[in-house]
Amino acid sequence: MSLKSEQTSAHGGVPETTAPYQPVFVGAARAELERLRPSYPTMQALLLPALWIIQRERGWISEAAMAEAGEVLKLTPAYVKGVVTFYTMYHTHPVGRHFIQVCTTSPCSICGSEETLAAILRYTGCGELGATSSDGRFTVIEVECLGACGFVTPIMVDDDFIESVTPERVPDILARYP
Amino acid sequence: MGFPYPSDPRETVLLSKYFGDAGARSYTGWTERGGYEGVKTALGMAPEAVVEEMKASGLRGRGGAGFPTGLKWSLMPKKADKPHYLVCNADESEPGTFKDREIMRWTPHALIEGCLIAAHAIRAERIYIYIRGEYTEPLAIMERAVAEAYANGAAGENVFGSGTRIDVTLHRGAGAYICGEETAMLNSLEGKRGNPRIKPPYPAQAGVFGLPTTINNVETLAAVPHIMVRGAAWYKSLSLSNPKSTGTKLISVCGHVARPGNYEVTMGTPMRELIYDMCGGMRPGRTLKAVIPGGSSVPIMNAEEADRCLLDYEGVVAAGSMLGSAGMIVMDDSTDMVRAIWRLAKFYAHESCAQCTQCREGTAWTTKILERILAGLGKESDLQLLLDLSENMTGKTICVLSDSCAAPIVSGIQKFRGEFDAYLAKARTPAMATA
Ligand SMILES: Cc1cc2nc3c(=O)[nH]c(=O)nc-3n(C[C@H](O)[C@H](O)[C@H](O)COP(=O)(O)O)c2cc1C
Ligand code: SF4
Ligand code: FES
Repeated sequence: MSLKSEQTSAHGGVPETTAPYQPVFVGAARAELERLRPSYPTMQALLLPALWIIQRERGWISEAAMAEAGEVLKLTPAYVKGVVTFYTMYHTHPVGRHFIQVCTTSPCSICGSEETLAAILRYTGCGELGATSSDGRFTVIEVECLGACGFVTPIMVDDDFIESVTPERVPDILARYP
Repeated sequence: MGFPYPSDPRETVLLSKYFGDAGARSYTGWTERGGYEGVKTALGMAPEAVVEEMKASGLRGRGGAGFPTGLKWSLMPKKADKPHYLVCNADESEPGTFKDREIMRWTPHALIEGCLIAAHAIRAERIYIYIRGEYTEPLAIMERAVAEAYANGAAGENVFGSGTRIDVTLHRGAGAYICGEETAMLNSLEGKRGNPRIKPPYPAQAGVFGLPTTINNVETLAAVPHIMVRGAAWYKSLSLSNPKSTGTKLISVCGHVARPGNYEVTMGTPMRELIYDMCGGMRPGRTLKAVIPGGSSVPIMNAEEADRCLLDYEGVVAAGSMLGSAGMIVMDDSTDMVRAIWRLAKFYAHESCAQCTQCREGTAWTTKILERILAGLGKESDLQLLLDLSENMTGKTICVLSDSCAAPIVSGIQKFRGEFDAYLAKARTPAMATA
């Protein structure tokens, strides 16, 4: 296992601390991956599930973690990075404690989802899309259709899917995420 | 049922009968409601006979293209000397569409049963159900249901004592609309970037892992058990207008109607009836301006076209668009069409996988042009440029995402030209030009 240090500062700046990389795929996480193995004829097919495990364990997917996934699944780090960056749900930078996704595609937009987004940005104090609030609590992004267009505005907070969010409901909903 | 509203008497509830009934979610609850009888019937039949039954039913793909399901299954090799796969497309990401989600949330076993019947018909040893990453709740419900199916001998090494082995694997996507395109989905399943593949080879010859594969949508598969239980002739009789469109269709209605939600109607039902009777009409004081009937990838209809549209594959084409995934986006007279179209173009620009030049450049460029028109900085020549770019984006790429971006732009300019012209006129006024 490579012991490249893991960058812990946000958004690609100079690392604040360089703790040695702790592998993800040991113990229970390793066993979880092994259990999936018989469901696929190739190791490569385990890549998306492996990346989900990393993100669950670490909150985001660092270069070092990509290298580890590559080592476990016999893929090059460059290949893994190519896959990670294709998919929008994998974080390649640390995000706030709670990650908020707000749909603003046309069906939601014509029903006022942008006002809800503005209310969320105000409440969280994030200032702008993609930035993390200064208390580290929230990161907010705008996303494309969440597949709940009849229930405007659908948002996701971490793994929670919440429908029919209006600007008025924002404070009550987000208060549940300390 | 117009979930979350009570069912409307004018609906034909087949797939949506148990939407809202949490008791239907469990294995026992489902068998108490008649579940898993269809697969038992199918397992007692030769795979060819099941395929013939599907052909006779007239069932067509509900994922967007409307390809006849029985015919698709018949394209799989007859001999299973190598593994065959069934891939269930649960990526549902087409703006306006939110029906597969309800099927998985309320009737997960209906989907599993449909998958098992299809797997038997195409001699597949494994089913992959590819669920979009954002559908965390449907995924959790499906996980529980799959575990229950194994525990009750409905999946695994000896499905209902038939001696047939069929395994079920749930696979979580990670955010990419393009993975709903079937060959992109196969690449994604293999652990690759979700780039669509050039066809041929078709998936029935070389699909996932290079092996024979059939891809079907969630709603298509959920309809299959009903056909096994009640017969192809009965299913075929559910048709109000054109005999080539049979059965029921879940229509996701969103936008400016009084009661948005999922409605299940017999093929051929007038759109007018759906909007004004079942969905409660437009919001108070508003009138209908436009409808995008098939998810965002199809041409926009104006109110006149919507008024005479019958909801089946042929009827929507006759009214100037396509049924697609039947995600119906309804817009009233308050809608800024230029802005709505710009936001769709932006969606396609964001979701383009960037393999093809026409798509990568075309989606981004049309978005930029629409942006400057909205900002009051449009040029007279911009509309022609949009049409020329759209022409270049249609029929020339590996998949039809590029065409999908062009469809609302071209139809929007054709049918709502006045709104574009108004923005351009604003750009001509001196105050705006120097601003
Ligand atoms: C860009 C693009 C996105 C698509 N997204 C979906 C989708 O989210 N769900 C789906 O079932 N089909 C989607 N399709 C259609 C699939 O490629 C495929 O035709 C369908 O899943 C086949 O199933 P069916 O025959 O049962 O309809 C998409 C197609 C394209 C070109
Ligand atoms: S048309 Fe667009 S999305 Fe489809 S393969 Fe080409 S670049 Fe990718
Ligand atoms: S457009 Fe917002 S959920 Fe579909």
